[in-house]
Amino acid sequence: MIFLFAGFAALLVASSLLVVLHRNPVTSALFLVLAFCSLGGIYLLLQAEFVALVQVIVYAGAIMVLFLFVIMYLNLRQDVERGVQTAIRRGLGWLVGAVLLAEAFALIAKRWQVGPVSGGPEMLEGNTQAIGRALYTRYLFPFEITSLLLLVAMIGVIVIAKGRGGTAAADDSAEEKP
Amino acid sequence: MSVRMPVLLPVDLWALGAVIALSVGLMVMLLLEWAPVRPGSPRGAILSLLTLAAAAGSVLYVRDVARSLFGGMFVHDGFTVFFTILFCAVAALAVLLSWDYARRTRIGQSEYYMLLLSATLGMILMAASNDLITIFLGLELMSLALYVLVGIRRARLESNEAALKYFLLGAFASGFLLYGIALLYGATGSTNLTRMAEFLAASPLQNNPLLIVGGLLLLTGFAFKIAAVPFHMWTPDAYEGAPTSVTAFMSAGAKAAGFAALLRVVLHALGGVHANWAPMLSAIAMLTMTVGNVTALLQINLKRMLAYSSIAHAGYLLVAVVAGGHEGASAALFYLAVYSVMNLGAFGVLTLLGRGQEERVTLSDVAGLGFRHPLLGVTLTVFMLSLGGIPPTAGFMAKVYLFGVALKAGWIPLVIVGVLNSVVSVFYYLRVTVAMYMEEPALEPVGISWAAPGVIALMVCLALTLWWGVQAHALLALALRSVQGLM
Repeated sequence: MIFLFAGFAALLVASSLLVVLHRNPVTSALFLVLAFCSLGGIYLLLQAEFVALVQVIVYAGAIMVLFLFVIMYLNLRQDVERGVQTAIRRGLGWLVGAVLLAEAFALIAKRWQVGPVSGGPEMLEGNTQAIGRALYTRYLFPFEITSLLLLVAMIGVIVIAKGRGGTAAADDSAEEKP
Repeated sequence: MSVRMPVLLPVDLWALGAVIALSVGLMVMLLLEWAPVRPGSPRGAILSLLTLAAAAGSVLYVRDVARSLFGGMFVHDGFTVFFTILFCAVAALAVLLSWDYARRTRIGQSEYYMLLLSATLGMILMAASNDLITIFLGLELMSLALYVLVGIRRARLESNEAALKYFLLGAFASGFLLYGIALLYGATGSTNLTRMAEFLAASPLQNNPLLIVGGLLLLTGFAFKIAAVPFHMWTPDAYEGAPTSVTAFMSAGAKAAGFAALLRVVLHALGGVHANWAPMLSAIAMLTMTVGNVTALLQINLKRMLAYSSIAHAGYLLVAVVAGGHEGASAALFYLAVYSVMNLGAFGVLTLLGRGQEERVTLSDVAGLGFRHPLLGVTLTVFMLSLGGIPPTAGFMAKVYLFGVALKAGWIPLVIVGVLNSVVSVFYYLRVTVAMYMEEPALEPVGISWAAPGVIALMVCLALTLWWGVQAHALLALALRSVQGLM
């Protein structure tokens, strides 16, 4: 177990560093995928298989694809870094990084009481089942509304972004001949 | 580990009827896209009217039953019935007003009505929810549909700008609201409003910072949605850029929905700590009334003017919320019903102005309208008088009752500010009438796009505005009965 954890942790640290240090944005983004996957592995070791799967599906899958789309859309071959603003931003980055590092050290330095994981009767089944059960019984109503919400969001996006065919074309031609 | 599926009785299905009817209606509308019709077909409008009628009918059928469903997330009581009927009526009037307007401005029919129905569904959920989770989901359902509706005329630059502004500020407000909900959940251990009220009644820890910050964030989120100062910035731009029929719908419906949720949260969950939030809300109410009315004085565009006027009305409504208790809540309900009708009417007249795609809604456009189209002139005058609160219109009765309740509750400075503001507001409402009857149009006179459905909607609004101005007892009794289960 500890070897697996060390492996995932090392992979996570290495890939996170490469995200920041690599000069090619696309490669950086791909290393971020690797970082998310290794984080998912650590969740799995903590017996949080639902979070692990969501981590891989949502972050490594959906959000990273969005990132890549944006990067490719903006055509950033390599980052241009000049001017005072970039210097300020870098300075702020170092500052925030240092604060976070100090915080991490403070947390690690503290003596934590390591005890057995307290588990209720819920732990007998996997947490994916437990979440599913709660979602389809106690939270059935919000769950159904959420599905409607997503439907409306989808339709809204299509209405706003649909091509200049159909009604929009009629729109334009009508405006040309008042 | 027993599986507890929610058990629904037949009466519960009737109570959920509005939600079911609207969901089914909008999905049927989507599926019907499979069989396209020509662009000007009224299929979407007719289908929406049928759906809204089914929704209202099903809730009316079980109007005297009080039920709490899904572990108290959805409650069916007088308050829910009142607002469900109100939202269905507002949506139906908006459909009638859009009937011709959407056709002549070339808005895609089916998606327009589909979004209108989903916004209505969101409003109903906001009013019927007794849980912060479902209130938030209802609010998002309504807001998402409205963001798109505001920007649905994609060829117009103002429409795009309005939609973007509304979307960004609305998303921001949703963030505030959600953060507030999370903090309140942390402080009270429940998102259910009834359980929150019980916790607050039992807990001596009312100065818990988590609770105070959470409550403040929640109120900020609601203030955005009801357009209270200082969170009103999006209103004039969104109202001006949106298609006029959408403006009519959102100015009445979205505001009523925001107040419905606010009333439930503030009077039901936070009712026990009334003294903690009332002074703050009263300050917001004063600011909202004053800023709304004074800024409205400077507007030339009627849609913008009515937007600021709607901000001012949110201020009057907040007076009722501050007064609290059964009487304050019933005053708010009464005012909301009256406000919805007269505001829909005022915007409804504006939907008739102009031909084709043109939008003619400035003061100079209505100049001389009273002589060229006497009936339209009289109608708009009545709505303006009602908005200003002049007898014998419904707006007068609503204001009298509202300020009377606030006086009885002892909020005298608030009432003074409110009455002074009403006096100021008369000036800009009457300026429209003056323009219609005493000025000559500078440009070519505005053309009127007469359409039967729009005229029917206007006649309904006009009749109700006058009727409630003389015979307000029935509505008042209904409002009082509706808030019985609230506290």
